[in-house]
Amino acid sequence: MSSDWPHVQLHVVTGKGGTGKSTVAAALALGLASHGKNVLLCEVEGRQGVARMFDVDPLPYAETRIATGLRMRTRSGADAEPGNVYALHIAPEEALLEYLKMYYKLGPAGRALDRFGVIEFATTIAPGVRDVLLTGKLFEAVQRNSRNKGARTYDAVVLDAPPTGRITTFLNVSESVAGLAKVGPIKNQADTMMTLFRSRRTAVHLVTLLEEMPVQETTDGISELRAAGLPVGGVIVNQVRPRDLPDDSLAPALAGTLDAEAIAKDLDRAGVEPDPALVSALTAEAKEYAERRALEDAQRGLVAGLGVPTYELDRIAGGIDIGGLYELAAELKDQGLA
Amino acid sequence: MTSHPRVGPLAAHANDTRHLEVDRLLDDRDTHIIVCCGSGGVGKTTTSAALALRAAERGRKVVVLTIDPARRLAQSMGIAQLDNTPRPVPGIGPGRLDAMMLDMKRTFDEVVESQASPEKAQQILNNQFYIALSSSFAGTQEYMAMEKLGQLYRDSFAHNGGNGDYDLIVVDTPPSRSALDFLDAPERLSSFLDGRFLRLMLAPAKGPVRLMSAGINIVTNALKKVLGGQMLTDLQTFVTALDTVFGGFRQRAQETYALLQADETAFLVIAAPEPDALREAAYFVERLSGDRMPLQGLVVNRATLPDDASLTAAAAGAASERLPDAPLTAGLLRLHADRALLVERQHQLRERFAVAHPQVPTAVVPALPGDVHDLDGLREIGRLLAQG
Repeated sequence: MSSDWPHVQLHVVTGKGGTGKSTVAAALALGLASHGKNVLLCEVEGRQGVARMFDVDPLPYAETRIATGLRMRTRSGADAEPGNVYALHIAPEEALLEYLKMYYKLGPAGRALDRFGVIEFATTIAPGVRDVLLTGKLFEAVQRNSRNKGARTYDAVVLDAPPTGRITTFLNVSESVAGLAKVGPIKNQADTMMTLFRSRRTAVHLVTLLEEMPVQETTDGISELRAAGLPVGGVIVNQVRPRDLPDDSLAPALAGTLDAEAIAKDLDRAGVEPDPALVSALTAEAKEYAERRALEDAQRGLVAGLGVPTYELDRIAGGIDIGGLYELAAELKDQGLA
Repeated sequence: MTSHPRVGPLAAHANDTRHLEVDRLLDDRDTHIIVCCGSGGVGKTTTSAALALRAAERGRKVVVLTIDPARRLAQSMGIAQLDNTPRPVPGIGPGRLDAMMLDMKRTFDEVVESQASPEKAQQILNNQFYIALSSSFAGTQEYMAMEKLGQLYRDSFAHNGGNGDYDLIVVDTPPSRSALDFLDAPERLSSFLDGRFLRLMLAPAKGPVRLMSAGINIVTNALKKVLGGQMLTDLQTFVTALDTVFGGFRQRAQETYALLQADETAFLVIAAPEPDALREAAYFVERLSGDRMPLQGLVVNRATLPDDASLTAAAAGAASERLPDAPLTAGLLRLHADRALLVERQHQLRERFAVAHPQVPTAVVPALPGDVHDLDGLREIGRLLAQG
């Protein structure tokens, strides 16, 4: 299937903590890197989650190839040649030094700034500067310029972004520098960055679970993004419970009126000792499941009402490994996010 | 004074029970502060509220300080809006429970107002750098959470000899690894205040140009080039103005740090039975031990626990394959296989954590099908925590 987001060069993946946004960002990068495309996966929170997911050494502040993109069949049935996924761990200190060097040719003076604690002040104490440095580097990776000689250009950049509660502040760089710089180079650069972030070349995707709190945060996050004029992408519903029980059994499962005798007979036929304790444990599990399904369905209704494209990823019971990431990548490709 | 036993490297002798006794912790009148930390999405705020409620209903006078609660949690405690002032939660006895939410900017403003003369305070409050710092800087929340904790503690214990409004303060921390940044606050402030950056910023205002070293010249010129002259002047005004305020702030940060290390404080690390959350939990455990903070235990929320169905995942999976004509029973078996796998995996994760950190007592709270909506929901979580 073709992508729902053909114009997008910058995919920002956010989500409430615990919803699996990093996993989705990684899977999206793999999916986008099929068919010879080169993709850069960026992380900004210093956790080295990308290195762990892909089982490689901790990432330096340099674009590093970490994986081959998703392998797909072309229409004619031949294997398409996949592209590459590169990863970059953006650290604010190094981003600042690079920026000073790139824009102001401040090589030695940059080191002097470091000695005088200016770099530390800027990256840890000075307000909002940290976010501007991180987004600045992100911008540079999407829109390469002649100052960064010989840099690789990418077909798409995926950001494993800060959580939903912080995403609007994070991307709204004009706002963060507005109070500080009313004119001058920093203000101009922030405005140029905002032009990209607000354009259709950017999409902010939100990852959620079918639970109340994450769905509420997603709803709030979407209004905040819209209010700031930032482009909302899709909602990815992650870790969807398998639909193991037939729909018409859900109501009796919830009411506790499943036919214990029939279940015992089936178990016996399947070669399982139909112990009454087992039957009652199974029906108790069914009740718990039906309760969750009802809650999930209510939340799914809310997500559908958000008016943005949604994508669903099944929960992988054994946990996520590299193989799991490719499975999710294929899912995202099928559904049109990648 | 009987203090509760320490765990970790500071324990006088090995603690052989690995079970976290929540009620003993809550009932111990010498527990004055409970700090809940952990990564985002593990139910930290809910756990803090449930612990505070349980303590109040066991007779303590409790205030719970939350950082960023979902609106629903406030409503579940019968409070429409949480703010910087503690509000009583109705219908609690025999103790009492107040709840509040940290207002970062308000708290920061109060620090400035209490430390500087009225004119100086106004000058700082109006500075653009201050406004941005106090409302958006990512680390401010952690510093201000500790400032607020210090205030609550002084009001309840230090100034009132333990006869203040509260005898237990439960603190929820910001949802990130930087939640422990407050541990660095005293040191960071000191290195900032005594550092060359501050002298650099103050230099043009104080000394004649000829006294400046060549290094300072390079740096100010570089800053002027990047920031522009006006912004550099603003920054200098800001730093100069804050110079006075930060002194008192540093002293208080040091006091709060010492308070956190004291026996009257208990740290709980909150996690979910997921690899990432437990890895973060391990980081918190190491960090707290490294800073000699009194870690009391680990709470694992949302666990899937074994039930009475003694059928393995493999057996259930195989049996479901044999029932193509019985969708319900086949479904039940698949459901069980899925659940048994999850139980197994979570058990392994907890075991591995326990092997690496055998000194940390643990309470395991089973996952509930729905979310918490009211005090009864919080009570239920509290009960499960105590059962752990």
